[in-house]
Amino acid sequence: MKKRATTSASAGRQRLDNLAGYLFISPWLFGFLALTVIPIIASIFLSFTNYDILSPPRWVGLQNFKKMFFEDPRYWKSVRATLYYALTAVPLRLIVALSVAMLLNTSRRGVALYRALFYVPSVVGDSVAVAVMWRQIFGGDGLVNAFLRLFGLPGKRLWLADPQFAIWTLILLAAWQFGSAMLIFLAGLKQIPYELYESADIDGAGPVRKFFSITIPQLTPIIFFNLVMQTINGLIVFTPALIITNGGPLDTTNFYALYLYKRGFENFQMGYASAMAWILMLVTALLTLVIFKTSSRWVFYESEVK
Amino acid sequence: MKAQSTAHRVSRTLLFHVFTAACGLLMVYPILWLAGSSLKGPSEIWRKVYSLFPEHPTLENYINGWKGFGGVSFTVYYRNSLVYTVLATAFTIVSSAVVAFGFARIRFKGKNFLFACMLVTMMIPPQILIIPQYIVFSKLGWVNTYLPLIVPRLFGQAFFIFMFVQFMRGIPLELDEAAQIDGCSRGRIFWSVHLPLMKPALFTGSIFSFYWTWNDFFAPLIYLNNPKRYTLSVALRSFSDPSGLTDWGAIFAMSFLSLIPVIVLFIAFQRFLVQGIATTGLKG
Repeated sequence: MKKRATTSASAGRQRLDNLAGYLFISPWLFGFLALTVIPIIASIFLSFTNYDILSPPRWVGLQNFKKMFFEDPRYWKSVRATLYYALTAVPLRLIVALSVAMLLNTSRRGVALYRALFYVPSVVGDSVAVAVMWRQIFGGDGLVNAFLRLFGLPGKRLWLADPQFAIWTLILLAAWQFGSAMLIFLAGLKQIPYELYESADIDGAGPVRKFFSITIPQLTPIIFFNLVMQTINGLIVFTPALIITNGGPLDTTNFYALYLYKRGFENFQMGYASAMAWILMLVTALLTLVIFKTSSRWVFYESEVK
Repeated sequence: MKAQSTAHRVSRTLLFHVFTAACGLLMVYPILWLAGSSLKGPSEIWRKVYSLFPEHPTLENYINGWKGFGGVSFTVYYRNSLVYTVLATAFTIVSSAVVAFGFARIRFKGKNFLFACMLVTMMIPPQILIIPQYIVFSKLGWVNTYLPLIVPRLFGQAFFIFMFVQFMRGIPLELDEAAQIDGCSRGRIFWSVHLPLMKPALFTGSIFSFYWTWNDFFAPLIYLNNPKRYTLSVALRSFSDPSGLTDWGAIFAMSFLSLIPVIVLFIAFQRFLVQGIATTGLKG
């Protein structure tokens, strides 16, 4: 009898807890349903229609996808440009980040100041102001050409109008913002047990050997996590492409998110843009799955070190 | 022998400082150049493009630039950006803290599943949500207002909820229990026990949110078409439109001016940012 009373009391308590829990998370729950779940479902429907907002959506079946994959050369060009960008800019950024992190991983004085200097580009990097500045740096009368002339080199190239170089100005802008990755690597470097390096010293290993046999393997989980996360973000880069090159020249920087924006919000082809968004969603989901499948490794690593 | 190794160490330290400082300066060179160029007069700006220091510093560019375009001055854009950023940040931080308390401290049915859902939403590309959201907001007549930018912030943001949950997990459970014995409700425990202890996390979160909202471009670009409503980022884009007549000195000046709040915050609070990035392991 007594036992039953306590179980019903604890059941009552649990009911109260349920109520309190849902009360606290209700803002998020509402937003999750209204601004995430329903839009995703709506987006599936839209991708099978033609819709320009003014007139009601018209069902066209798989036509958007068919047009995208087989009849729109600009689509594939934008896929190629985006992959090229993500697969060069992200590794480049991580290499720079790791190099600088290793340089700053000392107890010398002034490190905090240097760390701040290297981080500044990441603080301002996403802004329109920096994109506008970048356009001027690589412009015909810009900073890069001025420097080339200063060293007696031909400084007349129109970097942003050159189909070969335009995308590299955007890659450089991304690599310049290596600050966050640098901070994460620095934190990771500090967690590598010092004894590993000491015993390597005793074995007579040189700095290169130590780098490849200790530093890299110890950092692999962090490097990998950052590589995938930043690739996902690299696939949706938008602001610099719109401001600096506006997709040109010859669509060589017409990145996926920019092309989607032009289709959706300049041509008001909401159906086509939704179809494009769904392909992006699938690719992102695939990459996310890679993180989750391998997460046991890097999570284990963190808890083990701590 | 000993003197030699000391000399060796000193020269190594010197080499480190020279090399690192040179690299660091190279990294901030473009920003310094932007600041320097904004103070150059019209004749100087194209003559020695690379120089950081104007020979005859002038505020002419700032005066010309501030007038803005289409009869709308930068006072309006600056005010719009400030209002948007402050409101959105306040809403985001408060709502995220409330939600985080639910996830961190209360056991309820379906919690783990919903928490996982929340983490997954961080990975969803905004492009897939923006089209249906835009359609709904435009049907509601919210286009050209700040409602589509600010209202969603009332529902918390996954990044900050996650950050606060992580922080709350570090607060000893005994404090909650003691408060409960004293007869505190959940709301009281959150308000009187957790919030005061969370100040550093709330502060770090506010700085991140300020940065991201101040620099936000995509949403203002889509929802705001009337120049009177533009935020700084959208205004700068129109102001520097390459097809129009362009006064580069004024563009430099207004670009630099838009970066000043961000740079000042960074200099004042970089300690918090460094910790925030290192502990969440996420982008900043």
